[in-house]
Amino acid sequence: MATQHSRAAARLMISPSVILLFLWMIVPLGLTLYFSFLNYNLLMPGAHDFIGWKNYYYFVTDPAFTTALINTLVLVLGVLLITTIGGVLLALLLDQPMWGQGIVRILVIAPFFVMPTVSALVWKNMFMNPVNGIFAWIAHAFGFQAFDFLAQAPLFSIILIVAWQWLPFATLILLTALQSLDSEQMEAAEMDGAGPFARFVFITIPHLTRSITVVILIQTIFLLSIFAEIFVTTNGGPGTASTNITFLVYAQSLLQFDVGGGSAGGIIAVIIANIVAIILMRMIGKNLEA
Amino acid sequence: MGKISLRQVTKQFGDVTVIPSLDLEIEDGEFVVFVGPSGCGKSTLLRLIAGLEDVSGGAIEIDGVNATETPPAKRGLAMVFQSYALYPHMSVRKNIAFPLRMAGIDAAEQARRVENAAKVLNLTDYLDRKPGQLSGGQRQRVAIGRAIVREPAAFLFDEPLSNLDAALRVGMRLEITELHHRLKTTMIYVTHDQVEAMTMADKIVVLQAGRIEQVGSPLELYRTPANLFVAGFIGSPRMNFATGAEAARHDAHTIGVRPEHITLSKTEGHWQGTVGVSEHLGSDTFLHVEVAGIGTMTVRADGEVDAHYGDRVFLTPQADKIHRFDAKGIALK
Amino acid sequence: MARRTTTARKTGNTVLAWGVGLLIFFPILWTILTSFKTEGDAIAIPPKFLFFHWTLENYVNVNAQSNYLLHFWNSVVISLGSTLIGLAIAIPAAWAMAFVPGRRTKDVLMWMLSTKMMPGVGVLVPIYLMFKTFGLLDTRVGLVMILTLIDLPIIVWMLYTYFKEIPSEILEAARMDGATLRSEILYVLTPMAIPGIASTLLLNVILAWNEAFWTLLLTASKAAPLTAFIASFSAPEGLFYAKLSAASTMAIAPILILGWFSQKQLVRGLTFGAVK
Repeated sequence: MATQHSRAAARLMISPSVILLFLWMIVPLGLTLYFSFLNYNLLMPGAHDFIGWKNYYYFVTDPAFTTALINTLVLVLGVLLITTIGGVLLALLLDQPMWGQGIVRILVIAPFFVMPTVSALVWKNMFMNPVNGIFAWIAHAFGFQAFDFLAQAPLFSIILIVAWQWLPFATLILLTALQSLDSEQMEAAEMDGAGPFARFVFITIPHLTRSITVVILIQTIFLLSIFAEIFVTTNGGPGTASTNITFLVYAQSLLQFDVGGGSAGGIIAVIIANIVAIILMRMIGKNLEA
Repeated sequence: MGKISLRQVTKQFGDVTVIPSLDLEIEDGEFVVFVGPSGCGKSTLLRLIAGLEDVSGGAIEIDGVNATETPPAKRGLAMVFQSYALYPHMSVRKNIAFPLRMAGIDAAEQARRVENAAKVLNLTDYLDRKPGQLSGGQRQRVAIGRAIVREPAAFLFDEPLSNLDAALRVGMRLEITELHHRLKTTMIYVTHDQVEAMTMADKIVVLQAGRIEQVGSPLELYRTPANLFVAGFIGSPRMNFATGAEAARHDAHTIGVRPEHITLSKTEGHWQGTVGVSEHLGSDTFLHVEVAGIGTMTVRADGEVDAHYGDRVFLTPQADKIHRFDAKGIALK
Repeated sequence: MARRTTTARKTGNTVLAWGVGLLIFFPILWTILTSFKTEGDAIAIPPKFLFFHWTLENYVNVNAQSNYLLHFWNSVVISLGSTLIGLAIAIPAAWAMAFVPGRRTKDVLMWMLSTKMMPGVGVLVPIYLMFKTFGLLDTRVGLVMILTLIDLPIIVWMLYTYFKEIPSEILEAARMDGATLRSEILYVLTPMAIPGIASTLLLNVILAWNEAFWTLLLTASKAAPLTAFIASFSAPEGLFYAKLSAASTMAIAPILILGWFSQKQLVRGLTFGAVK
């Protein structure tokens, strides 16, 4: 492809990015790993003794960890379930002929551009509030008791908020995929005698599989580190009812000033994210070759 | 001047050898066509001459000066790419002027040369359009215009007509040949189409797997192909080949006869066969005749010949037009 | 190609789609409406949809009672600053990888992507301590640094997928035409790459504007961007719906507008080129 000269220039041009990202990867992560083996609390000045795996032991055996792990899973799976199914249905709907398609598309995409703190607070105060919220008003209008979403079903409420933010993402990607479906393929299937339902099952769904996988994997990466929505609505509570791993590590390190324990939690979060990441990288790597 | 010499040029991509040692002389003013099947290394060879790829070994001389290490911009060559490679954000005028601008030529001279090139190529009315607004043939002419204005030592063409439709291709073929007669500059032209090679070249270089199979004028290659590969590649329809007893009778391993050197008769002849598909082109008819013991032979007959599927016919090769090859496929004298 | 669709069916689609679209958009619409109400109207039950006393006082009050413009400016500086620095570092890298691919280019790209997948909490403690040591807590410089590093992989990737689409024959043509590396980049590559660079810029400004992990944890007041400022409304004593709505509307409006322009790029950027 290229000559020696351009190769040398290329290496020079790539190096700033590579060096920066390498430092960004290795220095803080190395420090986290180092801290995770120390008895290091900002409230207790003095020697930071090496205490081996104790931080990990305390972090993992803390009942809050099990709760947080389950909450993280429920949060990720709940949002994925709503957004993928909702996304497929919405994409199919938006792909139909209609008036004002462009405007509807804009309306549906909008929530994705709302910053997490805004959407969380708007939902919390103006919709889920048991006294002044719109949901409470609707409940009353139908003669029901108002439901205090964030106190009685904190995790479910957060799932709702996050799903509202991510539904547009899934819809947009699946709609793009739908529109890239070759219409001749559909016509060929029709000539071959496939009815609308058969065309959906045998052509549309296989065509969407790759995009659905991409949606699921990319969302998972972001959903594992949901933070702001919890921070401004429930603060992880009541108790630890809506604490996920990210929030638990934050609480441990910046609220209890336990550098050692927080670091151990951080490393565990990295390991969990890596398991997902490896799967995702394989996937994207394959698409890179295609 | 545009004399180009390749001395023991080799090219490897990693472990793959694309061109094993190759020597070639291209004289000033010659129209040379590199022809061969896809993957034969003809485009790589052109890119080595252009300087877009480094040679792995050997030397390239341009007008007697060793240019092996010279970057492409300094070799004084111009290239027309298969995709035309026009700059989409520049008007036709700016596209053509680009090499002049790079050479630091003043604006008035740039304008003069662009106008000239545009006149030669019938592009005057399109100078202010963007490439996206042009047809395939016009884009091709812009690419050529961009090459002409540099007044290069040699033009390099990399399959320039393969993206055009058939009718346009014939027209552009004529235009490029015409241009060569007018400019008398060396042109090196890469194609996989033997018709382009035959119609345009002063000298054809037939390549296969990075090796030169034969170099010669179109008629030399047609009359005396050096081996089976060249014999089969040059000429359309393809030469008929026969092995076994029929070849042994001519003291060869394989014999070959071109479709146009076979006489067709309803009553008598050397071989007897059954007519299969016949293709009527108007001026000619190509008959595919099944001959027992040899296989299908293609025969070029008169345009109005009356032959039908299943008819029995007789074929006679012209004795002095039979090509003989040995077991290795090398032509026998 | 075009199918005849019955008007009845099209009408049905339209009604259904508009219904769903408005439902999804409703929280945003409601926020915008509430921002023009008095605090009393904002918490009225039953809710007042259009017939209320329209007022601009919340916008005035938000700006008067808090340093809203400072936070807005912080958001601008942090999102635009980190994106521009990121672009300056990423453009040469993406150029090199797209046009002079080596044996390890793909590995480098995948590795860059992997850094994006590292969760923030994995490095929260050391970053916090380092920021504390070097006096970077609650500074715009510190946040720009962090967001540049977070953005960098996505910027490189997006640019790479755009540069990949520029045929290398065009750059070779420029080289044959006598262009030096400098003029090749200046006159040929840059004009062809500008749409891609613009899209990358747009998407990254959006992502950086809405970033709400580091901005929440590393700022307190003077460098706090809008994400952190809005979060301060979560305190129970800060429950003023109309003011919250006004502050929110101003915080999301610029990004909503930018976002609508970048729908296509969004898909491509967020899927790392896997879906176009």
